[in-house]
Amino acid sequence: MIAVVDYGAGNLRSVTNALAKLGYGMKITSRPDDILSAQAVILPGVGAAGDTMKSLEELGMVEPIRQFIAAGRPFLGICIGLQMLFTGTEEGGWHDCLGVLPGRVRRLPGGLKIPHMGWNQVKQKTAHPVFDGIPDEANFYFVHSYYAEPEDSSLVAGETEYGISFCSVVARGSLVATQFHPEKSGEYGLKMYDNFIRFALRAG
Amino acid sequence: MLTRRIIPCLDVKGGRVVKGKSFIRLQDAGDPVGLADFYYKEGADELVFLDITATPEGRDTMVDVVERISERVFMPLTVGGGLRNIGDMRRMLKAGADKVSINTAALRKPAIISEGAEKFGNQCIVVAIDAKRVGDGEVTRWEVYVSSGQEATGIDAVDWAKQAVELGAGEILLTSMDADGHKAGYDIELTRTISEAVTVPVIASGGAGTLRDLYQVLTEGKADAVLAASIFHYGTYSIAKTKQFLSDRGIPVRT
Repeated sequence: MIAVVDYGAGNLRSVTNALAKLGYGMKITSRPDDILSAQAVILPGVGAAGDTMKSLEELGMVEPIRQFIAAGRPFLGICIGLQMLFTGTEEGGWHDCLGVLPGRVRRLPGGLKIPHMGWNQVKQKTAHPVFDGIPDEANFYFVHSYYAEPEDSSLVAGETEYGISFCSVVARGSLVATQFHPEKSGEYGLKMYDNFIRFALRAG
Repeated sequence: MLTRRIIPCLDVKGGRVVKGKSFIRLQDAGDPVGLADFYYKEGADELVFLDITATPEGRDTMVDVVERISERVFMPLTVGGGLRNIGDMRRMLKAGADKVSINTAALRKPAIISEGAEKFGNQCIVVAIDAKRVGDGEVTRWEVYVSSGQEATGIDAVDWAKQAVELGAGEILLTSMDADGHKAGYDIELTRTISEAVTVPVIASGGAGTLRDLYQVLTEGKADAVLAASIFHYGTYSIAKTKQFLSDRGIPVRT
């Protein structure tokens, strides 16, 4: 079972539409038990990281998600779902996040329009099954004002330029996260979901 | 590099796509779901749907249209027209819209911008501004109109754009009422003035007649994205041809 985490915000429908289009079943859930019994977990997100963390805490989802990732099981974080993985975020004052990966989430530098909104290229830094069939420098749809700065640069599987070069894809084994929205990124976005789920089902 | 967005706009009335000429004359140009799918496959970067019925029944129809579109089109969708409160916004976002565009309601009750931004995130809140040139003075000014361009507010468009962004708007959808429907080019001065006044992306709207118009508003007008309706709906230019034209002239676009 593929669990899509519902924490009351986030654009769940786009994610579930993408999975449905690819022919995958899923369970939209806010129950901690469902996390631990899932073959793969998807944490979608829009909005603020601090609010997301608070919602996950209230639902008792923080520990199950940490355990799931620590066990090396397939996890996909999207947008805020990527940012949540790190130590904490500077958005709206410092907020602790899941702390699965060392690093902080910072505001994009001034001088350019914020949010960073639209299609931008992802430079692939490492080979990973999620990139199968997706050309280097393919365009994906971004909308965010904050970006993650991992302490361990080997986690950076994709990079994007917007004033600075920032981490747009994180990959470490079965843990994958994207700053962009694959569910809004046309055929390459769908391909990325398909790649992740195929990979997850093989791993599981 | 961030690419500039080419955004077809679909005005929807009673579940059908129409296009206004200066907001008055309407012609029917098709089924919204079919058109959305067509533009998705053609390589449009985003779609904007404006419900110009803006009645409770119209909104139910629109929710259904958005649901059907989001099931087959995997690109950003903005929905506007007649959204009055947080509940209306939530319904559209739940139906599959990524952003909601608010116009009259935002002007009447600016707190709706901050409430929406707090609930759904700034990136969800697009403030649409219909602006019209006023007076013959030495300094050019634009006045904000609401209620589908029928009601003058006396409010300065630049001031309003800045205020909307301070309240939490993540994007401005700027329509020149003088240019809209005339296919004689965007209002470059208006677009540049607003784009330079705010820190969020500005979508230029109203007046696209040729590809040069799009080029001009993206360069001189400093627009982050361009919106057009009839030049796409009536097949004057395809999305691919539009992007080729812009790319040949050094504008970054997604191909």
